[in-house]
Amino acid sequence: MSRKIVVGYDGSAASQRALDFAITRATAQGDSIIIAHVLEWSPYSFLTPSEIEERHKRRKEELDRAETAIITPMMKKVEAAGVPVTSTLKYGHIADTLCKIAEDEGAALIFIGRMGQSGLSSRIFGSVAGTLAQVSPVPVTIVP
Amino acid sequence: MTQRAFTLTATGLAATLAAASSAAAQGLDEKINEVFASSTGWFVSFIFSNFPGTSFPWIVGWLVIAAFIFTIYFGLIQARAFPHAIALVKGNYSDPNDAGEVSHFQALATALSGTVGLGNIAGVAVAVGIGGPGATFWMILAGLLGMATKFTECTLGVKYRNEFEDGHVSGGPMYYMTKGFAERGVGGGKILAVLFAIFCILGSFGGGNMFQSNQAHAQIANVVGDYPGWITGLVFALVVFLVIVGGLKSIASVTEKVVPFMGVLYVLTALVIILINFDQIGNAFGQIFRGAFTWDGAVGGAIGALIQGFRRAAFSNEAGVGSAAIAHSAVRTKEPITEGFVSLLEPFIDTVVICTMTALVIIITGQLVTDPETGMFVLNEAGTAIQTVSGNSGVALTSAAFSETFGWFRYILAVAVVLFAFSTMISWSYYGLKAWTFLFGEGQTKELLFKIIFCVFTWIGAAASLGPVIDFSDAMIFAMAVVNIIALYVLMPVVKREMESYLGRLRSGEIRRFK
Repeated sequence: MSRKIVVGYDGSAASQRALDFAITRATAQGDSIIIAHVLEWSPYSFLTPSEIEERHKRRKEELDRAETAIITPMMKKVEAAGVPVTSTLKYGHIADTLCKIAEDEGAALIFIGRMGQSGLSSRIFGSVAGTLAQVSPVPVTIVP
Repeated sequence: MTQRAFTLTATGLAATLAAASSAAAQGLDEKINEVFASSTGWFVSFIFSNFPGTSFPWIVGWLVIAAFIFTIYFGLIQARAFPHAIALVKGNYSDPNDAGEVSHFQALATALSGTVGLGNIAGVAVAVGIGGPGATFWMILAGLLGMATKFTECTLGVKYRNEFEDGHVSGGPMYYMTKGFAERGVGGGKILAVLFAIFCILGSFGGGNMFQSNQAHAQIANVVGDYPGWITGLVFALVVFLVIVGGLKSIASVTEKVVPFMGVLYVLTALVIILINFDQIGNAFGQIFRGAFTWDGAVGGAIGALIQGFRRAAFSNEAGVGSAAIAHSAVRTKEPITEGFVSLLEPFIDTVVICTMTALVIIITGQLVTDPETGMFVLNEAGTAIQTVSGNSGVALTSAAFSETFGWFRYILAVAVVLFAFSTMISWSYYGLKAWTFLFGEGQTKELLFKIIFCVFTWIGAAASLGPVIDFSDAMIFAMAVVNIIALYVLMPVVKREMESYLGRLRSGEIRRFK
């Protein structure tokens, strides 16, 4: 049976590895891939009045940039490998949003890369991979 | 504006700067004071004049009566919509697909950082110091009424804003005056709008800028010792310049993060002090209610308390001034009324919560001297204010009250005052700019010119004690309220229609919660 795999992709080398790994799995098992790109965003951050005024414009620019620079080339790559692919582009907290996408799309797996920070910074800021491993509703594959 | 004219103006400004920075700045102060006092004094005395035969400034009456009328007209909307306003701010009604747009919370936080400031710290101390604890009661009442005014102006601000092709928006009273009046077939909108824009620009230079940098300098000097104001002014002007001209986001975002933190820290510290003295709470509220209605020895008795309370609330939360309408109008929302609901929380947080905390701490820590025999407050020698334990008034009184329990708090307070002043300046630079572009049109050079002038005033504000100039710009902020409230009266049926339609759809479930 064909399953859906959500791949968290942000353009980094680690996420590239996750996508490559997902492609090999999908090819082997006849699965499809959802490329998910999440733009970090908190509705509780603080903005200056002029940032508020320009926000709508900036959002559009950010979405356009993500679409052309990140989503489109990767869609082509996955298609070239012969794997059925869709994409999704969202704002939000990265780990939470990936979980939400997996639920909404009825996906069976989440694949992500990891930044490989160790020690202090991940203790303070947490890591997407770590959080996702804790809260994901579906099995998570973390690709080193 | 042509490049040439701009260069000329810039050269002129640079020359003014150089001239004023000389050691002879003192002489310049006097000259500016003289010119201002003689040419604008009549306007200042007009705005701050009292109702005949009283010591009650008519402008305060104008604001409070308007707030009262809006409260009745919208059927106590501040109470009815309060839970919904909280739900909106929490994001319960935000479509997840709109994530990445400005949230209601962000709009509220930004508007608040423009209003929370010296009024909450110094203004309240002045009110309680003169009018006694009873002033607190009237201040809270004025804050509660002011919520309806904010609701009205912010709804209109969003409804009649201009949206440009590239997606950015400009809004505020100037736009609802022109577009709203035309829509209703009422004349005079354009004239009101131009007047409002002029007052707003001048107000942004003064009360929203010079006054702030002036007080921030006073506060720094209070902690580190006296030094020339132009140094603070130059640093402030430079930082403001980097933020508003250079687009240096990092400083702005640091401030925008620290300011709310300071606000919360301020309220929490006040709460801790109040809880430590919990046995005094009943007594404090007793004093507040007694003082509001009966003679307690404060200046002017119950009427004095009322005047002081109303006045400080109006000064502090800016309801009716029109500034908040500019701040909120940039938010992206399908329903203008939701921004109105969110904005009614502002006077609540600013006045009912933060100002009351300041007042309670001053009362509970026993800063005001009473006669042990009669229990009446003792006035100072001049009879202009209640005698305080430390002999202080204004910021120093608040500082003394907080330091009674936590000695270190006066350093925190100094930092808070400086940051509040800074965030207020950033907000007002935006309000002034919007009024400026309304008059002169949008364009890089024109906007840059305004920003440079703004920074020059930041610097002058700290460098000099320009009493008449500051009086004048305060008068300008209240002149904004005069024209703005006229427009609110004309346009309030529009808000009512929006309100009834929205509340109806909310009840029927057409407007749904997302979480």
